[in-house]
Amino acid sequence: MAAPTVDRPTSAAPAAKQTLTIAKAINTGLRAAMEADPKVLVMGEDVGKLGGVFRITDGLQKDFGEQRVLDTPLAESGIIGTAVGLAIRGYRPVCEIQFEGFIFPGFDQIVSQVAKLHFRTQGRIKLPMVIRVPFGGGIGAVEHHSESPESYFAHTAGLKVVSCSNPADAYWMIQQAIRCDDPVLFFEPKRRYYEKGEVDTTAAPGPLFASRVLRTGADATLVAYGPMVRTALDAAAAAEEEGRSLEVVDLRTLSPLDLAPVYESVRRTGRLVVVTEAPSESSISSEIAAKVQQECFYSLEAPVLRVTGFDTPYPPSKLEEEFLPDLDRVLHAVDRSLAW
Amino acid sequence: MSSPEKWTHPGPDSPPATAAAPTAAQVIAGLRATDEGGADLVQLLTPEGERVRHPDFDIDITADELRGLYRDMVLVRRIDREANALQRKGELGLWVPLLGQEAAQIGAGRALKPMDMAFPSYREHGVAWCRGVQPGQILSMFRGTDNGSWDPVEHRFHPYTIVIGNQVLNAAGYAMGQKFDGKVGDADSEATMVFFGDGATSQGDVHEGFVWAAVYDAPLVFFCQNNQWAISEPTERQSRLPLYQRARGYGFPGIRVDGNDVLASLAVSRWALEECRQGNGPILIEAFTYRMDAHTTSDDPSRYRLSDELELWKLKDPIERVKVHLVKQQWADQAFFDSVEADAEELAIGMREYCVNLPTPPASRIFSQVYAEANPVLDAQRDEFLAYQAGFAGGEH
Repeated sequence: MAAPTVDRPTSAAPAAKQTLTIAKAINTGLRAAMEADPKVLVMGEDVGKLGGVFRITDGLQKDFGEQRVLDTPLAESGIIGTAVGLAIRGYRPVCEIQFEGFIFPGFDQIVSQVAKLHFRTQGRIKLPMVIRVPFGGGIGAVEHHSESPESYFAHTAGLKVVSCSNPADAYWMIQQAIRCDDPVLFFEPKRRYYEKGEVDTTAAPGPLFASRVLRTGADATLVAYGPMVRTALDAAAAAEEEGRSLEVVDLRTLSPLDLAPVYESVRRTGRLVVVTEAPSESSISSEIAAKVQQECFYSLEAPVLRVTGFDTPYPPSKLEEEFLPDLDRVLHAVDRSLAW
Repeated sequence: MSSPEKWTHPGPDSPPATAAAPTAAQVIAGLRATDEGGADLVQLLTPEGERVRHPDFDIDITADELRGLYRDMVLVRRIDREANALQRKGELGLWVPLLGQEAAQIGAGRALKPMDMAFPSYREHGVAWCRGVQPGQILSMFRGTDNGSWDPVEHRFHPYTIVIGNQVLNAAGYAMGQKFDGKVGDADSEATMVFFGDGATSQGDVHEGFVWAAVYDAPLVFFCQNNQWAISEPTERQSRLPLYQRARGYGFPGIRVDGNDVLASLAVSRWALEECRQGNGPILIEAFTYRMDAHTTSDDPSRYRLSDELELWKLKDPIERVKVHLVKQQWADQAFFDSVEADAEELAIGMREYCVNLPTPPASRIFSQVYAEANPVLDAQRDEFLAYQAGFAGGEH
């Protein structure tokens, strides 16, 4: 194996504020993490020369070498399972799963080893590894390329699960996930990869495991994460034209859930609509609904409503616009809530 | 070195590997054939205690060293029998016997150097012994007071892994790290050895481990203890090819060693680990042995295997052949054997006392070290439960 060639581009003083896509923001964040810590590795299928099928790891192998950006054999259990060993050895691997529908061959390693080794050894083994998962639909893909499996992982103790929704978060959250001493599942909203936003690389980031109110409002609360945050914000903007004021919370962290801002919001608005692409049954949206009714029972003016993907396999892509929550379905749910 | 070309596809008269369960005669004949038909089987000490030479894997062994290996095997067998008895008395929820596999494990375990890393499955009590894990420490998992109590960093011995084959990939990654750290090919070289059974070779993770180790030239020795049975499934339910010959398909050497011969196991393991340290790994070792007891204390082997088979393997006992050889060589006298027995008894007593006195952990252990960093949701759940529990007289119990 060749020694790592550290032939980094001398973009000595990058602008503090840049307009980046989510894809480029994650790429820039990965680069920053690799520069900051020589133990950070990127590993997965096609992440090297190709730069990943979504080009998220573009240019990293060229600059950090084949020993820090590993084009691996094609087997997800192998990617995750060897990352466990590398993490035990003191590395901080960042695994890329090419598409969320292919994470299941690695599921055994994730839930049996990644999630449990810290507990099993009472902290003697730490697994500071990140598993990056492009997820969700809306890109016209074939089967297994559009799913939302995040609830499986949020259900498993020992894992932390986050999802970014905008370039600034993407840039910071990937770095924070890599620095975290716990294994983190990092869900990336692939249909939003090429949406742009401002990233301030000098600003102090907020905490990784915290949700955030993105828009304040008085009539009802919308909660979303990942790709549905944009949908929720668009719905709130449309509702405003009809004279309705919606608050939007970006969940950001799916495990642990940070629902304090949601409770606070619901106590003011009295109404909650949870928006996810994932099917609703036994999911993160169910968990939010359960906890909000428990914590905000006397504040609720209407039952917690959910706008989600259906409890079906992800449909053929010609039907995905019907499957995925859109602005109209969200507003319809808001109407039902307000009419209660 | 093995010559896989010698193996040919079974002819039309051979029973297909996926046929219905073989007859008793087929099982016995098959075992004898694969055992003795192993021109490739590396053996240095016959079941009769005769020292034999091998052109590739010979070893110089002193009387002291051989007495040490004998002592290891007797003690480990005693640990195993004591734990088995503790389970029968209800002191352990489960035990996984190693009876019959002492030579494979002591040979491999004593070949490891302190800085090497070992990844066990869940039957590697002999390797644990070689890595300095106290016998009592193995019991906490089986007694249910812990999920594994030794420090894997200190002992360089990973926790037992129960999901079949998972540890093979973890070991491959660890060995890749050794390679990335530049720990091959010079004075401070390291290697990794991973233990798994014949049944595990059917798992995808083991196959993927072979692939990863090969393409990254990881310093990894795959140590497969073929004890002939994966619970009730015989080896022919896992493979129609002798297991060591699979290595060729991945591009590294595969060697079958007499797993009941501690000298052969030691010699081949030492050689393989050294190859890894030199940067020439990986290597697959198939230790051809036999599980003399049940798969676990929950198993009943009388339902699926024949007493004839057991009797056959008794003749190959790994400890007896060393004892015979020590006597023949006049390397040990009765006083030595008596002292080893006394040591074994003392060890068993200490282990028993340790076991029955293992404290039940406090309820807070349920919530302890699930995460390395804070998790407010779990912390709140813990606090609520502990407060609830404290509401009873006497508090936590």
